[in-house]
Amino acid sequence: MSLLELDDVSVTYRIAGGEVPAVRGVSLALNAGEALGIVGESGSGKSSLAMAILRLLPRDARTGGRILLDGDDVLTMTWGRLRAVRWAEASIVFQGAQHGLNPVRRIGEQIAEPLLVHKLAGPEKARRRVAELLDQVGLPAWRAKSYPHELSGGQRQRVMIAMALACEPRLIIADEPTTALDVMVQAQVLTLIKELVAAEDIALLMISHDLSVLADLCDRLAVMYAGRVVETGPSGGAFAHPYSRALSAAFPTIGDPASRLAPKGLGGDPPDPAELPSGCVFHPRCPVALESCSTVNIDLRPAGDRRTAACVLVGEEV
Amino acid sequence: MSVTWTRRKRSLLRFWADYRGHKAGVVGLAVLLVAVLLALIAPLFIDAGVTNVVRGTGEKLAPPSWDAPLGTDESGRSVLLMVWWGSRTSLLIGFLAALLSMVIGTVLGIVAGHFRGWIGAVVLRVTDWFLVLPSLVTALVLAAILGGSTTTIIVAIGVTSWPSTARLIRAQTLAVEARPYIERSTALGGGHWHITTRHVLPNVAPLLLASTTLEVASAIVTESTLAFLGISANKTSWGTMLRGSYDWGAATSGAWWYILVPGLCIVTVVMAFTLCGRALETVLNPRLRSAR
Amino acid sequence: MLEARNLSVEFASRGRRARAVDGVNLAVGAGEIVALVGESGCGKTTLARTLLGLEKPAGGEVFYDGKPLSYKARELKAYRRRVQLVLQDPTGSLNPRQTVYEAVAEGPRIHKLPDEEKVVADALSRAGLRPPERFFLRYPHELSGGQRQRVVIAGALALNPDVLIADEPVASLDASVRGEILALLLRLRDDLGLSALVVTHDLGLAWNIADRVAVMYLGRIVESGPTEQVLQSPQHPYTKALLSVLPESPEKIVLTGEPPDPTRIPSGCRFHPRCQVVFGDCRTVPLQILPAAETQQAACHLLKLDG
Repeated sequence: MSLLELDDVSVTYRIAGGEVPAVRGVSLALNAGEALGIVGESGSGKSSLAMAILRLLPRDARTGGRILLDGDDVLTMTWGRLRAVRWAEASIVFQGAQHGLNPVRRIGEQIAEPLLVHKLAGPEKARRRVAELLDQVGLPAWRAKSYPHELSGGQRQRVMIAMALACEPRLIIADEPTTALDVMVQAQVLTLIKELVAAEDIALLMISHDLSVLADLCDRLAVMYAGRVVETGPSGGAFAHPYSRALSAAFPTIGDPASRLAPKGLGGDPPDPAELPSGCVFHPRCPVALESCSTVNIDLRPAGDRRTAACVLVGEEV
Repeated sequence: MSVTWTRRKRSLLRFWADYRGHKAGVVGLAVLLVAVLLALIAPLFIDAGVTNVVRGTGEKLAPPSWDAPLGTDESGRSVLLMVWWGSRTSLLIGFLAALLSMVIGTVLGIVAGHFRGWIGAVVLRVTDWFLVLPSLVTALVLAAILGGSTTTIIVAIGVTSWPSTARLIRAQTLAVEARPYIERSTALGGGHWHITTRHVLPNVAPLLLASTTLEVASAIVTESTLAFLGISANKTSWGTMLRGSYDWGAATSGAWWYILVPGLCIVTVVMAFTLCGRALETVLNPRLRSAR
Repeated sequence: MLEARNLSVEFASRGRRARAVDGVNLAVGAGEIVALVGESGCGKTTLARTLLGLEKPAGGEVFYDGKPLSYKARELKAYRRRVQLVLQDPTGSLNPRQTVYEAVAEGPRIHKLPDEEKVVADALSRAGLRPPERFFLRYPHELSGGQRQRVVIAGALALNPDVLIADEPVASLDASVRGEILALLLRLRDDLGLSALVVTHDLGLAWNIADRVAVMYLGRIVESGPTEQVLQSPQHPYTKALLSVLPESPEKIVLTGEPPDPTRIPSGCRFHPRCQVVFGDCRTVPLQILPAAETQQAACHLLKLDG
């Protein structure tokens, strides 16, 4: 059984004058020790999906389908059980490391907080655990006495990771953990996440708009577009869906003559979730769209090599 | 440019739709419109004669009767007619003083926010200095020195009440100027005048409107206070009526109408302005709007 | 065409003097696209702002068309018709209370250009917003991120400039939209002969559009040259490290430590505390400032040994 299983998950926001679907029927599975990347642009529903997993969505959002964490459905869980899950089994790392930390408390206290609140450790043991966690994320133990403003952006993101690790979760959800960071610091944080996932046998669900970051870190990728998964497959292989291909062309390989002085992108803009196009939602921007694409929606179908893609052309090729 | 006009009309309509959602604001606006209308049409029915002591025909300090529905004062003048006529002075001083205070406050506020060097620092210090001055005392002294006329009272109130507006406008100017479009405008070649009039002013205008509305209310109160303390333009206003009621011991002689009527007028109009100001603030300030 | 000579810019930062730009020579030729690459805090944005005349240099000069830039209000205003700016965040770059027409017409109005409506329409269609009339009366919040950035670019084009300075022009846009905006910059260069200095942290972007690359570290250019050479056979250890952390690269050189602090510039080679191949001279002997040359060059003690 998978550690995390999403079955036909949907998220709908109620707004004035109607409902806006943010996530539409997503099914994914994640095993222990595996890293799954979800890539998508703004408005693709990737963050809503991440928040739905721990029921962190605002009140005006409705979540449908099933989210099984270790076989337990998160959506039907009692609040007590949900709280236990949130600190002990799964934790989430957000992108805004600046805002995730309380500016007036020392970071040691903040890391130790869940341990002390849930009586997992006494003050002395908690202090040792904090030192251990800081060491794990590559910060010296004396940093526990620092305040957030004394740390750089990269260091703060490391503290956020230490906080996520404090209760030894089995699943970490990372929502754009490196977006605001510099290339070099981003590389440091990504290397750290990679090592931790490998060493602790943690399952990682990483969400990003940056395909190149995910391709490097994750075993498998899921590409989201307008609330749906349009492709899943091992990272590294060639993409089958035209949207995934366009996305990967947007991150050029240096030294590749094909992309030299030839930036590639898609015409048009990602669709408004309130006014989705008919048929395949990608067809207005698709460079290889057929006439039928504007009417017929295609579900994910096998595309060889453990890959699935939601495109009419995929079936013909295989 | 007719299309631009359509746009403007549409956004005005949207503003009105938003404003209508604030019941208190609508009530305030209705009260205000009635008050202003009454003040404007007063000369069609009565003239300054109603405040003339000599023409006071009724009984002195008479309770409300058929002849004087709201009673009479110490000279036998009708309180109703005096309040009606006095509203002209009170509202005029309120509006003009608030306008003066707004103009001074806006100019100095934008200068303090836009010029970061020594100019801004000096203006800011001056503002702070005026802010800590007890404004009522200053206004009293100013009015006493300049002599009693409507203009004097307006100047005295306007000159002492601008610092809070200046502070508000300065803060807003700083916020606007931190936006990248100001940098873009500079790079396009825009000078100080261009940036303050094209970008800063339109952005502070809504806030200004709301704050001016509140300012009118406080100017009316200040005018009454000044009049009550003996500084007036020798014209009948709600404040001078209160002063008169005090001088003639209306409270001890049981002439409640003489105190209550001008007092209620002040409270009602000030309340109406405040309700409008608050409603405008909520509708026009995007931050408050999104919090709703 | 646009040139920085020995340029340095200083700030007062928490009581200390920070040299955000510390001796930079950089030239952008006619019809050339130069990418200025570096981490945040390396001074690349400050350099761009100084080239635009938004910041006054503490030392050195900005040359335009062979003449030094004057900071007198009138001459600066004339200069601003020739060199234009595109900022990173198109949402913030547009006044939310102005329509697209007003935003694009702002420059022409400031400089009192004739035929305002035609200028605006031309600029919008050159920026790829066609037909332009359809966009005139829209407000920024009604447009997508890519369209907003096109409006910003149109606003710059309306002045018919020779040089565009773009600070992270696509960093806040969606990946699929990015390519279109970059293609627009390339097309403007081809059609109008527009030069551009693109400030970015993204080496892939430099590979996509730049003729030359200059790599900046702590206020200095540490390596510059034609894009192919700099990105495919980097000489400076810092450039090598930057390239190595890209996802496709097989062997990663992850620099330890944090981005450096311009208030405390290390002695000798300023990169030595984070350099992976540091040796004796690096800690004490300062390096020469690189000249503004066309060919590949790097400021590193190791290269002198080889030479």
